[in-house]
Amino acid sequence: MQVTRDFSHYVRAAGAGIQHIDLAVEGVHCAGCMAKIERGLQAIPDVTMARVNLTDRRVALEWKQGTLDPARFIDRLEELGYKAYPYETESAEATEVAESRFLLRCLGVAAFATMNVMMLSIPVWSGNVSDMLPEQRDFFHWLSALIALPAAAYAGQPFFRSAWRALSNKTTNMDVPISIGVCLALGMSVVETVNHAEHAYFDAAIMLLTFLLVGRFLDQNMRRRTRAVAGNLAALKAETAAKFVGPDEISQVPVVAIHPGDIVLLRPGERCAVDGTVIEGRSEIDQSLITGETLYVMAEHGTPVYAGSMNISGTLRVRVSAASEATLLAEITRLLDNALQARSRYMRLADRASRLYAPVVHATALITILGWVIAGANWHDAIVTGVAVLIITCPCALGLAIPTVQTVASGAMFKAGVLLNSGDAIERLAEADHVIFDKTGTLTLPDLDVTNAADIPADVFDLAGRLALSSHHPVAAAVAQAAGAKSPIVGAVEEAGQGVRAVVDGVEIRLGRPSFCGAEALVGGVTLDPEASVVAFSKGADRFILSVRQGLRPDAQAVIAALKDRNIGIEILSGDRESAVIAAAHALGVAEWRAGVTPADKIARIEELKRRGAKVLMVGDGMNDAPSLAAAHVSMSPISAAHLSQATADLVFLGRPLAPVIAAIDSARKALHLMRQNLWLAIGYNVLAVPVAISGVVTPLIAAAAMSGSSILVMLNSLRARSASREFV
Amino acid sequence: MEILVFLVPLALMLGGAGLVAFLWSLRSGQYDDLDGAAWRAIADDDPPPQEVPAKR
Repeated sequence: MQVTRDFSHYVRAAGAGIQHIDLAVEGVHCAGCMAKIERGLQAIPDVTMARVNLTDRRVALEWKQGTLDPARFIDRLEELGYKAYPYETESAEATEVAESRFLLRCLGVAAFATMNVMMLSIPVWSGNVSDMLPEQRDFFHWLSALIALPAAAYAGQPFFRSAWRALSNKTTNMDVPISIGVCLALGMSVVETVNHAEHAYFDAAIMLLTFLLVGRFLDQNMRRRTRAVAGNLAALKAETAAKFVGPDEISQVPVVAIHPGDIVLLRPGERCAVDGTVIEGRSEIDQSLITGETLYVMAEHGTPVYAGSMNISGTLRVRVSAASEATLLAEITRLLDNALQARSRYMRLADRASRLYAPVVHATALITILGWVIAGANWHDAIVTGVAVLIITCPCALGLAIPTVQTVASGAMFKAGVLLNSGDAIERLAEADHVIFDKTGTLTLPDLDVTNAADIPADVFDLAGRLALSSHHPVAAAVAQAAGAKSPIVGAVEEAGQGVRAVVDGVEIRLGRPSFCGAEALVGGVTLDPEASVVAFSKGADRFILSVRQGLRPDAQAVIAALKDRNIGIEILSGDRESAVIAAAHALGVAEWRAGVTPADKIARIEELKRRGAKVLMVGDGMNDAPSLAAAHVSMSPISAAHLSQATADLVFLGRPLAPVIAAIDSARKALHLMRQNLWLAIGYNVLAVPVAISGVVTPLIAAAAMSGSSILVMLNSLRARSASREFV
Repeated sequence: MEILVFLVPLALMLGGAGLVAFLWSLRSGQYDDLDGAAWRAIADDDPPPQEVPAKR
């Protein structure tokens, strides 16, 4: 059978006779890498453009149509030492990028207007105490209006839209008092200008928008960046499938280009990238990524297989039932829907704050107006004072209090290897006081490891590793990796379902089933882990037994101990057999565990804990964990998790260690503390400023100074969240 | 105070020019790769003569 790599799905036309492809590249860190990649690729004839984006770690390539195969660029990058894979922008990321640009445009307009209005306001403020003619002052006010009104109409769009959405859903959010404040300030200033009055608040209104847009933009940028990284990681997994393009010809195509009804070939040692049904062949498959169960399952004609299953022994032909991200067990989908609905009811700290804040501020403004009228002031003066109260209390610092901390904290988490999927995850993670771990793939590593490597002489282990390179069996792959083997043994022969053998220096060596190596006697003699797969290795007359299993994450024990130190409850809920779960629970010192748990049982347990008032953090990776990830107060997944779980989890952590879990909890707690502190700072500022405003002596100068002062204070306080990630386990 | 007749439009024009320049730079993708742009400024010039300059 002939195998070709087909990337045509990712190639798009970019104008006359030019083709374009985007590649995600791993390991680009500095200007040196950038220059190396660009020169390396441009040296290929007919390449018209090669440009690295260092922020997003991507390369954009263009070449003359029909002259080059995209696979060649990937090979070239491999020669240069970079792993690359074609990248396709998801719609979610495209939306974030568009939104981010729109906010930056709004910010640019608002900042331009603020600078120019301020330039006109300062002469007015100084003129009011020296000698400015009223005509000149009016002229400056009219100019300010000319700049501020259109700028506010454009740059205020994000707030007005969001406020309108909230009001039409009959709720309120932070943007409602902001929109009311800005509109009233501008409206009153126009009226005052028409009436040749001394004070106008164009500068305060437009400056408020500028500060708030800074907060919005930071928040948006953080999300955009996380999406880009997550998108790259997904692309670099390079999920492909061997699709039949003819009766006897297969092509290695990206998963996104596979459609329902296609037939794919699943060879031993490959992970299935699609959902489908077996139509030909017999094999054992490992479904631990889906069900948590580590025992192999027999697959034959008619057996459904899901994306994430590992094929162990035989070759299978699979008819694809749905494309990569769609179907699943109906039960899981149903549970997931219910759980997601429940979670959307969580109210963010900012919204809770504004729900308290808006009525208080609006009531204060109204009381001020009525109070002044009762005290004998005319309606005009009373309303002007009331609007001044609204302007000075406008939640400038309040609007910055949370996004700035979120941005800084997510940057700190990013460095610790944690990606945020949702913005309010930080608040929810900080409240977590009970952690539920899934076992398979979460506490243990998703790939296999040799557990008794220390008992075997190093030279023998090396030889076994080199021999293992000639086998496709996943257990053999684990042996090869554990031994760090690089060069395969020439002339090794694989016997399907048995093992590999070769002759080295006149001695026959074998690796495989104990019976294949004549080592059955040893298996009974050694007390081995009941969960492990046993492989035998023979060299001449010597026999060795290797025990291969999923090892615990290297620092799992330390992380569990650190969680206990923080007074966080821990338990293990696993879909695996009891004996496997007991072993892990004992090794880690976790007293509470349940084995053989179904997805519905997991949710039931979480609900029970919720009723007792616990805030549950669920850490899991399997497809069977997806509903419970959604049901928990907050959830985390390793990057190796099934697609669905990764999409459902609030946070995703990278790499082999479990330490990011602790780092994320610590960062989140510190961040929540700072958010609360910022809210108190903002309230404290209001307590000082409101009496001044009510007494009617606020001038635009005081409003501007108070607003920028409090905003800068809150931003500086937020920067303290940077140090959060340094306290490690 | 007649000077205002020149100064005010001049100030607005300069401010407007700044805004237009910002919007242009945003549209032409100059904010897409801030980390890379910082390094490109100090990178060596591309030596091979046959190279087509990268365009965006």
